[in-house]
Amino acid sequence: MHRMVTIDGNEAAATIAHLTNEVIAIYPITPASPMGEHADEWSAQGRRNLWGTVPTIVEMQSEGGAAGALHGALQAGALCTTFTASQGLLLMIPNMYKIAGELTPMVLHVAARSLAAQALSIFCDHSDVMATRGTGFAMLCANSVQEAMDMALIAQATTLEARVPILHFFDGFRTSHEVAKIESIDRNVVRAMISDELVQAHRARALNPEHPVLRGSSQNPDVYFQGRESVNGWYQQMPVIVQNVMNRFAAHTGRQYHLFDYVGAADAERVIVLMGSGAEAAHETVEHLLARGEKVGLLKVRLYRPFDPTALLAALPASAQRIAVLDRTKEPGADGEPLYKDVLAAVAQSYAAGQSRFATLPRIVGGRYGLSSKEFTPGMIKAVFDELQKEQPRNGFTIGIRDDVTHTSLDWDAGFRTDAARAVNCAMFYGLGSDGTVSANKNTIKIIGEATELHAQGYFVYDSKKSGAITVSHLRFGKQPIRSSYLIGDDEAQFIGCHQTVFLERYDMLDKAAPGAVFLLNTGAAPSEAWNTLPRRMQQQIIDKNIRFYVIDAYQVAQESGMQRRINTIMQTCHFAISGLLPREDAIKAIKQAVDQTYGKKGQKIVELNYRAIDAALANLHEVTVPGKVTSVFERPPVVAANAPEFVQRVTAAMMAGRGDELPVSAISADGTWPTATTRWEKRNIALEIPVWDEKLCIACGKCPFVCPHSVIRSKLFDPAQAAAAPPTFKHMPLKGKEFPEGAHIVYQVAPEDCTGCGLCVDICPVKDKENPGRRALNMAPQPPLREQERANWEFFLSLPEFDRREVRPSVMKSAMLLQPLFEFSGACSGCGETPYLRLASQLFGDRMLVANATGCSSIYGGNLPTTPWAQDAHGRGPAWNNSLFEDNAEFGLGMRVAIDKQREYAVELLKALAAHIGEELVTALLNTAQDDEAGIHEQRERIAALHERLRKIDRPDARQLAAVADSLVKKSVWIVGGDGWAYDIGFGGLDHVLASGRDVNILVLDTEVYSNTGGQTSKATPRGAVAKFSAGGKPTAKKDLAMIAMAYGDVYVAQVAYGAKDVQTLKAFMEAESWPGVSIIIAYSPCTAWGTDMIQNHAMQDRAVRSGHWPLFRYDPRRAAQQENPLQLDSKEPSIAYREFVSQETRFNMLWRSHPEAAEQFLGQAQKHALSNFQHYRQLAELSYAKPGEIKSDKAKE
Amino acid sequence: MNLRTTYLGLELKNPLVPSASPLSRSLDTARRLEDAGAAALVMYSLFEEELQHDNDVMDAYLQNQSLGHAEASSFLPLHGDMPSKRERYLEQLQHLKRSLDIPIVASLNGVTAGGWIDYGTALQQAGADALELNVYYVAGDLDVSGAAVEQRYIDLLGELRRHVTIPIAMKLSPQFSSVANMVHRLEQAGAAGVSLFNRFYQPDIDIDSLRVAPQLHLSTSAEALLAMRWIAILHGRVKLTLAATGGVHDHSDAIKMLLAGADVVHLCSTLLLHGPRRLAHILHGMEQWLEESPYESLEQMKGVLSQRHAGDASAYARANYLQLLDSYLPGVGI
Repeated sequence: MHRMVTIDGNEAAATIAHLTNEVIAIYPITPASPMGEHADEWSAQGRRNLWGTVPTIVEMQSEGGAAGALHGALQAGALCTTFTASQGLLLMIPNMYKIAGELTPMVLHVAARSLAAQALSIFCDHSDVMATRGTGFAMLCANSVQEAMDMALIAQATTLEARVPILHFFDGFRTSHEVAKIESIDRNVVRAMISDELVQAHRARALNPEHPVLRGSSQNPDVYFQGRESVNGWYQQMPVIVQNVMNRFAAHTGRQYHLFDYVGAADAERVIVLMGSGAEAAHETVEHLLARGEKVGLLKVRLYRPFDPTALLAALPASAQRIAVLDRTKEPGADGEPLYKDVLAAVAQSYAAGQSRFATLPRIVGGRYGLSSKEFTPGMIKAVFDELQKEQPRNGFTIGIRDDVTHTSLDWDAGFRTDAARAVNCAMFYGLGSDGTVSANKNTIKIIGEATELHAQGYFVYDSKKSGAITVSHLRFGKQPIRSSYLIGDDEAQFIGCHQTVFLERYDMLDKAAPGAVFLLNTGAAPSEAWNTLPRRMQQQIIDKNIRFYVIDAYQVAQESGMQRRINTIMQTCHFAISGLLPREDAIKAIKQAVDQTYGKKGQKIVELNYRAIDAALANLHEVTVPGKVTSVFERPPVVAANAPEFVQRVTAAMMAGRGDELPVSAISADGTWPTATTRWEKRNIALEIPVWDEKLCIACGKCPFVCPHSVIRSKLFDPAQAAAAPPTFKHMPLKGKEFPEGAHIVYQVAPEDCTGCGLCVDICPVKDKENPGRRALNMAPQPPLREQERANWEFFLSLPEFDRREVRPSVMKSAMLLQPLFEFSGACSGCGETPYLRLASQLFGDRMLVANATGCSSIYGGNLPTTPWAQDAHGRGPAWNNSLFEDNAEFGLGMRVAIDKQREYAVELLKALAAHIGEELVTALLNTAQDDEAGIHEQRERIAALHERLRKIDRPDARQLAAVADSLVKKSVWIVGGDGWAYDIGFGGLDHVLASGRDVNILVLDTEVYSNTGGQTSKATPRGAVAKFSAGGKPTAKKDLAMIAMAYGDVYVAQVAYGAKDVQTLKAFMEAESWPGVSIIIAYSPCTAWGTDMIQNHAMQDRAVRSGHWPLFRYDPRRAAQQENPLQLDSKEPSIAYREFVSQETRFNMLWRSHPEAAEQFLGQAQKHALSNFQHYRQLAELSYAKPGEIKSDKAKE
Repeated sequence: MNLRTTYLGLELKNPLVPSASPLSRSLDTARRLEDAGAAALVMYSLFEEELQHDNDVMDAYLQNQSLGHAEASSFLPLHGDMPSKRERYLEQLQHLKRSLDIPIVASLNGVTAGGWIDYGTALQQAGADALELNVYYVAGDLDVSGAAVEQRYIDLLGELRRHVTIPIAMKLSPQFSSVANMVHRLEQAGAAGVSLFNRFYQPDIDIDSLRVAPQLHLSTSAEALLAMRWIAILHGRVKLTLAATGGVHDHSDAIKMLLAGADVVHLCSTLLLHGPRRLAHILHGMEQWLEESPYESLEQMKGVLSQRHAGDASAYARANYLQLLDSYLPGVGI
């Protein structure tokens, strides 16, 4: 009896990897991270491998580091593996050559992902694995979750015998994250497949001083070539070894694989060749076409390297006349992609050699599909077969997009459905990332998978936002194994669940509904009112498709059952109750059992609350009687406002509406350039409550705009006469102060549709109404009733002119906050601790700022399409932004600086050379300007305008040259931005080099003390005792002191800040850092949702971090040393609270008391001691005298 | 020398019993306490707020695992093995029972009835020899009378009494209008003993940060005298056993308590300050004192200076106050 499990591809591969290895060196990268996390979790739980020992997991500082560690561990005789993808795989390439060059057995598991080219993409294609073809690694491809487990084992067994290392890959997300019911491989089978003799042979080859050898020599022209050729025998025999292992595997499991597996008609004329998850959809399509008598076939490539042409040709039917080879990668400039050329060469060579099985040379064409997880559906596959039928089938075609530029694309029938697709039950759920929809659906698949004979598949699509993220779950259930490796299409879903009413305005969800489907809506509207809350089109679809309509007020049920705002179990229960997948009683029992399994040991209370919610869900589920006609009075509103720019209307809006797939090639820029300032058109309305300003209580301190993570609360100063045309509810108040114009008014206005409702502005508000102590100058109130009114107020606010930058006193908070944010409405998490720093920099320097952004959260909320928060002022100026890679950001930013300096130098040379033509006075003014304040910069811009004017009249080539670089004469502010994963770990080498460069760059480290974007893995910034992935038992070592390292250079401006603890210190640090004409680094404490604590605690967490001594505040300004002052100024006081108080209130620390109480106490003791001694150390440094260095000299003279 | 005594119906080899403190969190320390001569051990307290907090934290933690981000399906590692505080306490109780020969008293600290019954039953099942119930209640509500506060204690005890069969001790604060009457009522409601007195950890104000900051000060010997008075007053007048707690730092403090009528003496601050071996030191001091004293056994000396037996009954009453006040000599220069 085979054990069925319901898991995803990552877990399937990691299960085998953990069982058959002993050293696992990893580095997190999407979508491979969960493999490492599973392995870490299992090792932390003491799960043992085949040989009874718990594998050691080492998290390294980069994939390059992981590969180096692996190489070393392999050379020392360990069984090793790793998991990676995309750029991570590229960083491993140098070591892959070494590992293969030394004929070292290992398996590298890859969740294949796109490479960053014109843009980064986390989604699937084969460009990463294809980039490793030259390394000498064998390449074995798995097409499904089942195969991810099977091939992992086949790879492991093979590599030990063949000695050639193997890259085992499967499609990122589509396979790595698809949840499916598969047959688990029994441990005994794994045991039988892995030979201990081969393991011992590997160990015997290890470096060992008992019988020393040397490897890694440096070879010369005399022998290197021969050395490269010496391995041929291993590669020649490998396909045979792989096939033998596959045969042994089949004997144990009944699943027979071949190097190439053919599916289709024995006399097929048209054949598609491909590898990866697309082969599953192709398999399903071929079966469908076969049933209709078509002579088609599919060849699945399993072992791609070493490529075995003989096996390939043997697997192809001799009847094949037309072959389409599909590559999930692109090699610009090549005359075909790799798999195509391999197949072409194999067929051509055998034909040329006169050994061909084909009567005539088949026509072979290549095509590209599925880049960055682009859908690859049966309709597309059929289109490829149809193309093959044409007299002149196209070569180098694309399928899945509309290429209206170079016309490579094939058309396809989007409505084509296979028999297999029609035989399954499909369900779709639209939820928020935070409402638990995905976890509930995974749970549902598990329940169905385990409680019934049905096969189940789940795939989850996420949008790119971190706050208010939308998830769409695609679930399939069927009697046969499910090969549909594509999303549920129009008219296919028998069940549609809408977990948030806001989606009614944004998505055409019922396009997906099959006739007679069920539509479940979570709504606050009463059952009798719910019908009229639907837009007209949706009502029409319900009538036309005869859809049954159910409603539940899940938030009310959650509230009443003590689940607060968690609706996942409630919606899941409703799904089971209506869908009829299981008898209702059995379903409820199964859900309760699942709750027990998930929460049982962890808290009886949680179990009880869930039980209560499950029972209440059934009692509150209502079917709505559908009237025979449309009665709604509204349609879905347009995606963006009518006044949005043309590009936003045409391109961005389509992407926002989830119709980006329909955009043709011509709509997309060829070089990755996109307009900025586009988040302002994306009105997401995700806040349930927004702040309301009480101008009668406000003291205009400026703290609320300062802390707002999404730049939604802003201030403007204006002449009250300008408010004459204001909407009636527009509020403002007089502002006194000698720095402001007489009689000026100030307004604090909220952007109601952009606010995420984090409440941090209310939290920071220092005003307390003594009459009503709970009330402040800002108070949260429900958004819907305020939406229209405040939208009008916001629009009026925007129409008011910005305050003149030259009049702003940036060192005064309320004045500085009059500066326009040029970073707004990002998709960052609600309450994000990073974004206030970026917004601040954009306010102070945005109009002359270049940003080099390391990959991570800040590059995702900063640069993930469809929109970007980096904005522009009324003059069209604003931050210019780019993201190079994760590991090279400091160097990337330095390059920008070097270029600007070089261009300025050249401009100065040209100015001097052309002085007589331009005019001495203007040239002198341009060259001798200080530009150390806004007025100076303003004047320089005016001079440059004048310069351009004069240059136009000078008819000389060098005048044109000067015009091209004249902008460099305005002071530019280069910001190198990234998180702690970049600064402390993967990018540290480059960061260190830039610190030592002396160049005028500003480095902003957004320190969340953990890899936030990839899901909370430990970095060297993680504090001792914190729980993070790869530190499940608490991080045993102290946080790296990056500031101290930077200060060691002496000429670097260094600041450690925490805006929620001491805002003015942060403001000062930014001003000082930017004005220091050398390297500056600001290390910014950034509370993160990854810490597991509600972000309303953001400021309190910062405050405790500072007061406990965990995060001392200071500024090190090299300018002070020249004034004989100590450069280091300590800005926070001696620790005033116990470290225990700091850690006990944050989940990342306090969970350790639950899992490892003794370790928690031990770490606490060490951390407390360190916090005190560290503060003492900084204080001593800050107290050192820098006065009178001359006297020290004279003392020496006396000696 | 016979130091045997009876506490909560348990036969103890001597009267020294470490009270609820972090020392019982470690099996090793608990063993060292037993080796040093501890006659029984009160486990660290299971706090009601702690359990509530534990539940809330776990709830938040579990919910935080469903994020719905493409790159992160969770943020924190989730372990199958993350026992709740309650389970860990029960586990520790079982470990202590297995590793130690002396009786183990489990300790509950809280103010509401909800959940305690369940916890009491579980503790009994896990092998606790007795329960200590610490009702740490700050009666700050203007509308709650002293009688109602007292009734809360009685009700809590009564509830627990109905569900568990092992002896229950009540740990009390001195803040009752009539301590004697309160103890008497508790006896009637089924308490097998009382511990006098619990210390309320007082909040403090940090004048630099202008914040209220709780402070932990360990007890001093001077604090023992309050408990000593009430033990002396109660000895022989109630049948339940009396435990002295708070401020016992050396053998003379302990002997005073026993002379006043305590059945056992709890030790905490002194063990935290000096480690488990301090107990052996105190025990040795007591033995030496008894050797040189006129008493043959501890039982014989117990309560000889209680109010009933003391020659001058007023020594424990109000007169004591006047005499002392008059005898106070201010320091030089004041």
